[in-house]
Amino acid sequence: MNEVVELALRMGDNCLILGHRVSEWCGHGPVIEEDIAMANVALDLIGQAQMWLALAGELEGQGRDADALAYRRDAFDFRNLLLVERPIDDFGVTLMRQFLFDAWHKLMLEHLVRSSDARVAEIAAKAVKEVTYHLERSGDLVERLGDGTAESRARMQAALDALWPYVGEMFASDAIDHTLAAHAVAPAPETLRHEWDTLTGSALRAATLDIPDSDFAHLGGRAGRHTEHLGYILADMQFLQRAYPDAQW
Amino acid sequence: MSKEWPLWEVFIRGQHGLNHRHVGSLHAPDAEIALLNARDVYTRRNEGVSIWVVKSSDITASAPSDKGPLFDPSNAKVYRHPTFFEVPEEVGHM
Amino acid sequence: MYAQMVQAEGMKAPEEMDERERAFQARIDAGEKIEPKEWMPEGYRKTLIRQISQHAHSEIVGQLPEGNWITRAPTLERKQILLAKVQDEAGHGLYLYCAAETLGVSRDELNAQLLSGKAKYSSIFNYPTLNWADIGAVGWLVDGAAIMNQVALQRTSYGPYARAMVRICKEESFHQRQGYTIMMKMAFGTPAQKRMAQDALNRFWYPSLMMFGPSDKDSVHSAQSMAWKIKINTNDELRQKFVDQTVPQAKYLGLTIPDADLAWNEEKGGYDFSEPDWSEFYAVLKGNGPCNAERMAARQKAWDDGAWYRDGLMANAEKRAERRFAAMPIAAE
Repeated sequence: MNEVVELALRMGDNCLILGHRVSEWCGHGPVIEEDIAMANVALDLIGQAQMWLALAGELEGQGRDADALAYRRDAFDFRNLLLVERPIDDFGVTLMRQFLFDAWHKLMLEHLVRSSDARVAEIAAKAVKEVTYHLERSGDLVERLGDGTAESRARMQAALDALWPYVGEMFASDAIDHTLAAHAVAPAPETLRHEWDTLTGSALRAATLDIPDSDFAHLGGRAGRHTEHLGYILADMQFLQRAYPDAQW
Repeated sequence: MSKEWPLWEVFIRGQHGLNHRHVGSLHAPDAEIALLNARDVYTRRNEGVSIWVVKSSDITASAPSDKGPLFDPSNAKVYRHPTFFEVPEEVGHM
Repeated sequence: MYAQMVQAEGMKAPEEMDERERAFQARIDAGEKIEPKEWMPEGYRKTLIRQISQHAHSEIVGQLPEGNWITRAPTLERKQILLAKVQDEAGHGLYLYCAAETLGVSRDELNAQLLSGKAKYSSIFNYPTLNWADIGAVGWLVDGAAIMNQVALQRTSYGPYARAMVRICKEESFHQRQGYTIMMKMAFGTPAQKRMAQDALNRFWYPSLMMFGPSDKDSVHSAQSMAWKIKINTNDELRQKFVDQTVPQAKYLGLTIPDADLAWNEEKGGYDFSEPDWSEFYAVLKGNGPCNAERMAARQKAWDDGAWYRDGLMANAEKRAERRFAAMPIAAE
């Protein structure tokens, strides 16, 4: 089923691009302990990307492995959400994005653990443990920084406002999603929204933050239509593989 | 001037059945974050099954000068050590 | 070696020592560990703070040249390995700051000394990483040089420092090997890769030799530090050992060490080699290395940009503590 390839690419590209973004903090975090913790998140995500992309390559059957998919596709073949390619900005934006994504990621993986496709279920079972911890951390920090100083609250609110237009895409289902849902491979993303609202709502309220009153959503990432940022991520990430295509690393 | 995060001592139980062991310290604003940080800093290589954190300033330590009076007396209690008791070889391992 | 030219304080001959100082020296000579809060000469304490913090600063600044290639690592596995390694360096910086803190100085104070330029860090991290083979060269040469010193420092006289070193050495064991395996891939790869590998060795060879600090004849502080067992080997001993270990490794890779005078000396059982340009070393220490300004700017930015985060979490922790206190029945009465 080609839709499973698409699912694996979507999951894998989210992990790859977010892992890349988070890894940009390495050596530049606000405190050493946080620097180390963020590197763990990046490591988990890149490890998950490896598993999803390996599965996509295998099912696709064109002899591409995870590295070939990560390093030799152009932007329009990437299937990640626009949210994860947003720049890291300040640490507040980084953390808020992590939180919004982690909550979705955890719900998605909890469903995928019960996927009718055993290979999908196996990857999800491994990833969900890591992501549960990511959410525990990012949720805790968002809550605390919202309810910290006036400045930390203002920064977290600004981050939430800036990222909110990228939330809707996580729950926009297309024909591929409906086929996957019909075969019990994966839930249609729209069905996760209610639970996500409940999960994030309680943390955001505890953080004393105002949830933006808008359901406008930028769309396109999952169909390969990205923001300008992705091209630069790929230029950076793929430089060596592109410049020296015959080399082994 | 900003206030520095307090220092915490981290104790980790490496395997089921073992004691928690002091592995190092870290900074955190409170105990809950100290626990999260300890997980990220001190169990990067699967080192633990359980973590304790204690604020460094809450630890009461014996003064170095007490070392003699506190610990020397037990050195004299040789009967607490199995080698004090001689068992004939033919009895076997005990 | 991450602590170069640590200025030792309070050098005294045995006959100048008072009774306490003599007893302290006797404990060190007997191989005992000195623990926090035990009496120690002020010079020992100050020298240790200087050395441990210099070492810690080096780990933290040392994240930057390697971190420079994390987003460009050529495979997913290489990216993970490099990320894990740079993360380890942050961890090692943290362990060392904690060891220094047991001597009665705070991490924030030490950080302020780094940012103001009062405290130094290893000269090696002021050199740039310009191609992917540099990541191999840093692991192979820089970690290789550092580990020689660190293995010995596991036996240093100050307990918390020695214990931090034990943990660091355990974790570092994969760092040098991962560097060398990158060098193998590069040196045995395409002509372009081999060119990168040779270029990396050319640029990192002499700066690596400088890591051990100036020649023993110019190293005025060594004697006291060695008596206190906070320095275990002399600079020249370690440098010789490093060269002897590295030359065959370079040969295996088919790379040329950029020293025309490098030659085996049967009599001493080691290689003769050219000294690095010490005027360059002193210039780098003074702040005039190729990357000093960038490295410090990056650390300053991380510190400044992180202030709201650190303060926000502290403020929240205080609020939570107050709420907990207010919720306690006895406080409500």
